[in-house]
Amino acid sequence: MTAVEIAGIGIHPFGRHDGVTVTDLGVAAVKAALAEAGLGRGDFQAAFCGTAYAGVAAGHKVLGALALTGMPIVDIEAGCASGGAALQLAAGAIRAGQYDTVLVFGMEKMSKGIIRSSFFEPWREEAGLAATPAYFALRAQRLMRESGLTKDDLAAVVVKNRGNGVHNPDAMFRKPVSAAEVLGSRVVCEPLHLFMLCSPNEGAAAVVLRRASGARGERVTLEAAVLRSHLPGSVLGEATPLAGIDHRHITPPTTLAALAAFEEAGLGPDDVDVVECQDTDAARELLGWEELGLCQPGEQGRILADGDAALGGRRPVNPSGGLLSKGEPLGASALGQVVELVRQLRGEAGARQVPGARVGLAHTVGRGANASVTIVRR
Amino acid sequence: MTVSVHEGLFTIDPPALLGARCDGCGHHHFPRLAQCPYCGVEQVRPVTLSDRGTLWGWTEVTVAPPGYRGEVPFGFGVVELPEGLRVITRLAEPTAAYTFGLPMRLRIVELHTTEDGNPVVTWEFAP
Repeated sequence: MTAVEIAGIGIHPFGRHDGVTVTDLGVAAVKAALAEAGLGRGDFQAAFCGTAYAGVAAGHKVLGALALTGMPIVDIEAGCASGGAALQLAAGAIRAGQYDTVLVFGMEKMSKGIIRSSFFEPWREEAGLAATPAYFALRAQRLMRESGLTKDDLAAVVVKNRGNGVHNPDAMFRKPVSAAEVLGSRVVCEPLHLFMLCSPNEGAAAVVLRRASGARGERVTLEAAVLRSHLPGSVLGEATPLAGIDHRHITPPTTLAALAAFEEAGLGPDDVDVVECQDTDAARELLGWEELGLCQPGEQGRILADGDAALGGRRPVNPSGGLLSKGEPLGASALGQVVELVRQLRGEAGARQVPGARVGLAHTVGRGANASVTIVRR
Repeated sequence: MTVSVHEGLFTIDPPALLGARCDGCGHHHFPRLAQCPYCGVEQVRPVTLSDRGTLWGWTEVTVAPPGYRGEVPFGFGVVELPEGLRVITRLAEPTAAYTFGLPMRLRIVELHTTEDGNPVVTWEFAP
């Protein structure tokens, strides 16, 4: 199969950027990625733009500002996995021989507080049945009950990720927190405290994909880019239905995506050196570990206690600081993870470098439901 | 005049959720659809769901989410019905003493009042 390499990456820091438009954010990330790849007008044959809130023709506005239009530009909404969806389409098109070089980018500008989404009918908002953090809380409660985890474990995830975020100039929160501070922050929805939840914010990221040339070892390749949706039935799944029939016996979209991605890459969980995974809330990261096949259900507490997922551990998770440090601009989120993994594989991650990382896995999951798993390799 | 927050979801007197049962896979679903959301079969029969169940998950919403028209805090969770259906629902306050498996019963509660003074009601489960 045609190999796909990552020829350039770019990111606009995630945070609050008053007076900067969502188009400006996208422009910054795209310029950086194209500059790194040494590409300009006419050098890429298609562009895929992931965004959930930037509105009609958001990608066209970014490339229009750069005088780079003419090729197909496709905007893609897949919730938190929008960037992953864009990657799947771009990589597939290159492998199919349709294009040689494709620009993939994503951006978002979101207000503070609970995300409002047209996903929910107005009556559901009116009745209090669209309270997103409450769904996160119910999922956290079930995970704690079924995997023997405690609020201390949830706090440990936040301490880990915020500690990593200190070393990431593109993160919004760069101050470490203690477990006592996490557990002392106000309860949003029991068992989730404020510091256990990521902040919707603003940012952009971009990746240039092209048909691979050159020897392995000198380049970072995209080994898999998979998007999946949910199977019906799970009451607490990200599809957020009003009722469900089962729970643990329905394969979640993250697992569907992970299984397909490992098969596509010809790799398994044991081959992965570094992970960027969806930590919308602290419990979501721990659930992600088992859904991705990185651990067995119930193993999370031991892994946290042993420091296996920390920087310097056996397999660091969210060395970027995760969404808990970076914040979550939906359309940029998955591509921001890929930017981090490419830096890790190139050995450019500075104080948060995972030594000798060769294989990285990125994961997002959210509204839809949508889940994406991306595997990169050097 | 009392108004439901959304038509077709429940009856007010007696309090009951309106679901359906699939002739194909046998699963119940809620809200009622023209086809089974679990297997896609169109042979579904309207049923009135049990007004009693057990508590499967709960939390408390402390800040009014966007578009919400009721009081905070409010209970929020999942109640498991004898039909094998787990329903997302508001829960009666306070939630502090809730435990897994607690017997719960459906009731209709006022959410807010329209500008014309009409009460808007929804369903919730209470111990």
